[in-house]
Amino acid sequence: MTLLAVERIKLFSTRSPWWSMFLALALTIGFAGLMATQASANSPMGVSTTQIGYQFGLMVIMVMAALAVTTEYRFGTIRATFQAAPNRTRVLLAKTAVVAALALVIGEIAAFGSWGVSWVLAPVSDLALATAEQWRLVAGVGLVFMGAAVFSIAVGILLRQSAGAVTLLLIWSMLVEQLIRLVPTFGSDLQEWMPFTAAGRFLTGSNRFTESAPLGPWASLAYFFALAVVLLIIALVTANRRDA
Amino acid sequence: MIEAVGLTKRYGSTVAVNDLSFSVKPGRVTGFLGPNGAGKSTTMRMILGLDRPSAGKVLVDGKPYQELKYPLRHVGALVEARWVHPNRSAHAHLRWLARSNDLPRKRVDEVLGMVGLDKVAGRKAGGFSLGMSQRLGIAAALLGDPQVLLFDEPVNGLDPEGIHWIRQFMQRLAAEGRTVLVSSHLLSEMSLTAEDLVVVGRGELIAECSTEEFVNRASDSSVRVRSPQAEQLAGLLAERGLAARTADAQSLLVDGADTEQVGEIAAAGGIVLHELAAERSSLEEAFMRLTGDSVEYQTDFGQPTDTLTTAGK
Repeated sequence: MTLLAVERIKLFSTRSPWWSMFLALALTIGFAGLMATQASANSPMGVSTTQIGYQFGLMVIMVMAALAVTTEYRFGTIRATFQAAPNRTRVLLAKTAVVAALALVIGEIAAFGSWGVSWVLAPVSDLALATAEQWRLVAGVGLVFMGAAVFSIAVGILLRQSAGAVTLLLIWSMLVEQLIRLVPTFGSDLQEWMPFTAAGRFLTGSNRFTESAPLGPWASLAYFFALAVVLLIIALVTANRRDA
Repeated sequence: MIEAVGLTKRYGSTVAVNDLSFSVKPGRVTGFLGPNGAGKSTTMRMILGLDRPSAGKVLVDGKPYQELKYPLRHVGALVEARWVHPNRSAHAHLRWLARSNDLPRKRVDEVLGMVGLDKVAGRKAGGFSLGMSQRLGIAAALLGDPQVLLFDEPVNGLDPEGIHWIRQFMQRLAAEGRTVLVSSHLLSEMSLTAEDLVVVGRGELIAECSTEEFVNRASDSSVRVRSPQAEQLAGLLAERGLAARTADAQSLLVDGADTEQVGEIAAAGGIVLHELAAERSSLEEAFMRLTGDSVEYQTDFGQPTDTLTTAGK
C-alpha cells in the first residue's frame, strides 16, 4: 500500500499525466462528437461508430505510461526510488498498478463519454446498449487501455529512454501490426496474433481483414493481457539484474 | 557504521573497484578521497544497493542495504543532487520519499526548514540553482534522521558560501554521533572537513587512516633553514650525511631531517640561524605522491614530480 501511495504522489505531482488525461479524453470524445454531427436519418450512428476514436486516446495513454517510467530514468528519480525502496519488483509493480488503474478509469470515461456525446448530438441514431456485444464494445475500452498501459510500462522499463520507448510503441501498434500482413504466406495469420490486433478483436468481435479469427473476443483479451504480463515479467527481471 | 569487504565491480573487462575493504566509523567525518574515475561513486552506489558488486559485499549497520526495512531511516545519501523531477515541487519530491519509508508528513517541512528551503518548497525543483538543488538533496538525505550519511562530491560547483555551509553541516552531523562518509577529489577540501580518510586510486585502496597520519606518512619531512652562513652549514650537514639543497642565497632545504637535528648541528658548528622550520608537504602533495601512478587518465602535463612534491611551499 505504501508503495502505491508513493507512486500515486509521484504520478500526480507532475503536470504531464494531467495533460495526458485531458488530451486522451478530449481526442476520443471529440472525435465521437465530430462523427455524431455527421450522422443523419439516412446514415445513423451505430454503437461501434461512437468508439471509433478510442485509438487516439489509447496512443496518448501509452505515451503517458511509457513516460511514467522513462522520465524516472531520465531524471534519476528511479535511483532515488530504489534507494528509498530497494525491492525493485515491488516498486515497479506498484507503479504499474497505479498507471494501469488510471488507464482503466480514463478508458471508461473516454468510452462512455464518447457514447454519451453521440447520444446527445445524434439523437436520430439508436445507441441503446442492448446486447452483450454492445456493452463489451463500450465498457471494454477501459480494459484495452489498461492492458496497453502495462505493455507501455514494460517497454519503458526495458528501453529506459523516452524517445525510444514512445517510438517503438507507436510504430508497433500503428504500423507494424498493420504491415505485417504483407509478409507472404503467413503474414495475415501472424497479424491475428499481434497484441493490439487481438485487443481490437476483443472490442469489435471480428477483424477488419479476415473472417475467421483464431480467438474469440474474451480469449483475445486474455491473450492481450497475457502478452503484457509476460513482457512486464521480462522487464522486472531485467530491472533487477542491472545496475540502476 | 559502513563496512566494505573485498568489494569489486567490473564492467566487462574494466575493473572499476578492485577488492576494496574499509570501514567507516561513527562520530566523525570520513573523507573518501581519490582522483576522478577512482571508483568513488561506484562504491557509493554499491553501498546504496544501486549497483550490484561483482564480488565482495558492503554492509550498513551490519546488513546489506537491500535488507534494511526502512532504508532512509538508516542511510541518507546525496549521490546526485539532480535526481529530482524538474517539474515536481521540492515539497512533493520529499513527500513521496517520506511516504516510501512511512515517515510523517511534517518531517518534510522540518527538513526543508533545516536546509533553509522552506520559502521555496512549492517551487519546481527544475528551477533551482545548483546550491538549492544540493540543499534539497541534503534535505532528502536527512528525511529519515539516519545514522549513516553519504555525500558524493557535495561541494562540486558550489560557491564559497555553499561550501562553507555544507562543511559545517557535515561536521555537525558527525558531532551528533553519526557516520558521515563524504567523497571528494579535492584534497584541500578534505583536509578541512575530514578527520579520517579512505583513499582510493584506480579502484584500489591506497590508505585508510586519519587525515593527519596520511599527510605525515606521505610527506617527506624536510627542514627549511635560513642562515647567513648557509654554505658552511651545508658542508656540516653533508658531513652528517644529510642532503641540503639551496633554496635561495641564504636558505637551505634539508630533506629527511627534523628541526632538532639541524638545530643541533648548527649549534655545534657555531652557526647563526635566522630561521628554522619544519616543512610539511600539503595534503595535496601527499595525495599526488600516493596516487601519482593510479590516475586513470594520465597526461604528461602537470605530472607530480619529485621536485614538485619536495620543494614545498
